[in-house]
Amino acid sequence: MAELTYREAVAAGIAQEMARDPNVVFLGEDVAAAGGVFKATVGLLEQFGPRRVRDTPISEQAILGAAMGAAMTGLRPIAEIMFSDFLAVCWDIVANEIAKTRYMTAGQVTLPLVIRTANGGGSRFGAQHSQSVENWAMAVPGLKVVAPSNPADVKGLLAAAIRDDDPVVFFEHKSLYAVKGEVPDGEHIERLGTAKVLRDGRDVTVLALAAMVPKALAAAERLAAEHRIEATVIDVRSLVPLDTETILREVVKTGRVATVEENPRLCGWGAEIASIVAEECFWDLDAPIVRITTPHVPLPSADNLEDATVPTVERIVATLRQAID
Amino acid sequence: MSPRTKTKATSGRNDDIGEATRLGLWRQCLEVRHLEKRAYDLFLQNLIKGTSHLSLGQEAVAAGFGVAMRKDDWSFCTYRGHAHTLVRGASMTGVLGELMGRECGLLGGKGGSMHLTSVEHGAMGSYAIIGAHLPIAIGAAWSAQYRGTDQVAVCFFGDGTTNIGAFHEALNMATVWTLPVVFVCENNLYMEYTPIGEVTAVEHPAADRAGAYGLPGIIVDGNDPDAVFRAAREALAKARAGEGPSLIEAKTYRHSGHSRADPGKYRPDEEVKAWLARDPIPMYRKRLLDFGVKEAVLDAIDAETRAAVDAATEAAKASPEPALAVIERDVWADGGASWRN
Ligand SMILES: Cc1ncc(C[n+]2csc(CCOP(=O)(O)OP(=O)(O)O)c2C)c(N)n1
Ligand SMILES: [Mg+2]
Repeated sequence: MAELTYREAVAAGIAQEMARDPNVVFLGEDVAAAGGVFKATVGLLEQFGPRRVRDTPISEQAILGAAMGAAMTGLRPIAEIMFSDFLAVCWDIVANEIAKTRYMTAGQVTLPLVIRTANGGGSRFGAQHSQSVENWAMAVPGLKVVAPSNPADVKGLLAAAIRDDDPVVFFEHKSLYAVKGEVPDGEHIERLGTAKVLRDGRDVTVLALAAMVPKALAAAERLAAEHRIEATVIDVRSLVPLDTETILREVVKTGRVATVEENPRLCGWGAEIASIVAEECFWDLDAPIVRITTPHVPLPSADNLEDATVPTVERIVATLRQAID
Repeated sequence: MSPRTKTKATSGRNDDIGEATRLGLWRQCLEVRHLEKRAYDLFLQNLIKGTSHLSLGQEAVAAGFGVAMRKDDWSFCTYRGHAHTLVRGASMTGVLGELMGRECGLLGGKGGSMHLTSVEHGAMGSYAIIGAHLPIAIGAAWSAQYRGTDQVAVCFFGDGTTNIGAFHEALNMATVWTLPVVFVCENNLYMEYTPIGEVTAVEHPAADRAGAYGLPGIIVDGNDPDAVFRAAREALAKARAGEGPSLIEAKTYRHSGHSRADPGKYRPDEEVKAWLARDPIPMYRKRLLDFGVKEAVLDAIDAETRAAVDAATEAAKASPEPALAVIERDVWADGGASWRN
């Protein structure tokens, strides 16, 4: 095991796959010579050269269009969209072209590509550089959606996304880039569509994603230490495909479920899971489903405002205590 | 940079194009003409639903490129793409079947008129969001360049498309990366209903912008299959030689309205009359006769293509509706549509 930061794990995942498959190429703004604005792709240009690691103009449609055209003709591109907010300027390519072309052509076209993007708040960047937009991607049939919470998963899930024959939107959380964690040595690959149970408890099953995972874990520790409430914590990891098998199994065990979501309230990923739980294991529930989300507002930027808007450990603890008492 | 006009008079029967190629152009023009007319008739019979955008009057552009392109080149076109799909070699039954929503359609009924695709023929899709396929075409060109093949991506679009951002993003990146791609603007003078001149800062919507991307402004007579063929041949050779992209503006005119629902009444009668007098098919027929091609040869090709359209129509009519099972097929590469376990 080596200790890597979340950002180092990004480069390690890409490097592992580029070394393995010459058809893997990487493009984006400031990703090559500069190593990415979050320094998540440092060293790739030196290792793989300018043919495979390419800086682009500020042209998000051209970046994703090029990735799509390359993927449909035999390459396995990884495209970076610097901030997930910028997906809005190339959403046509994502939602109308990449997501639908395989279906519309009755399977004639295969699109093995990955869209990597820095998602989420916590950096005081304001409403146009901080959004959690994983639910945008989740709403479009034809996109796989992954959001890792730790360095090992970054490397393993990114490798899996690159090897997958379908388009994957890979949400890296920008407030996690500096986080360190153990990453297995040698080739490391995870399976897409698998949630991970991180903590076992009898009282409530807490579902979290990306930066909400460490918060949910911290809240679970506090609930145990201070209130003798034992929570199961699941890192959902992949929204599409969704590991409902693991989620429902763990919900049934505790009879209570809460989601911790950074996306704004309406149509957040937890709403879909809540509806699945309500439809499929209603009689196993002992209490109403709880959703802890960012309120339905754009994200403000001042330290105290942003901190109080995104779900906090305190809010998770307080909400769960109230729900369980 | 002022546009260069390529409408040089042709010399004769055994010039740089030659009779065999010209007969190929003649055949492709007729295939498109007869198929599009049939598509129109099938609408009137309510056998084709939805919308549809015909290339009647614009046949020479698709034909010129269809003949000049190599089989392993790629083409990307718009919702007005029956012609461009057909000239790559896709079957008429597949095209008409898709328009009619039948199982035999190129896309098994899942795409419809605006999304005709035949990957086995290098027809890499018809795109219905204005401008989207220009960036996609540069990706295919990038892949050819990366893998060291000398394939070229050809991308067809309308005059209206030159005013959307994707056009400019794609042109710039294609030049910066020296990509083997040919952008073909079919300037038929109109967007849906609005004349392009009313909403565009320059006179020639594509050619006048070419200089901004380091490219010469090329204008061809889009109603002349020979002129289009020559421009295509030159641009394809340039791309294959590793010398980068081209942008060609082909001046043409659609004989019908924008789409099925549009009678095209917003166009002045004089303008329509003038362009109908320049109908590419009778003009080309006259040229071929002047070059000494026998009338019987031209008529035989005409009769063959009509018969092929008739046969395709019958085959498509006889094809069943798609099985409902396809609704949940082919979202994913595993063939299915499952989003959970
Ligand atoms: C992004 C986008 N905006 C608007 C439309 C609606 N629309 C469809 S065709 C068309 C006109 C396009 O004109 P042009 O590019 O000249 O192509 P033509 O139809 O003349 O071949 C418009 C506005 C669309 N499909 N996509
Ligand atoms: Mg037009």
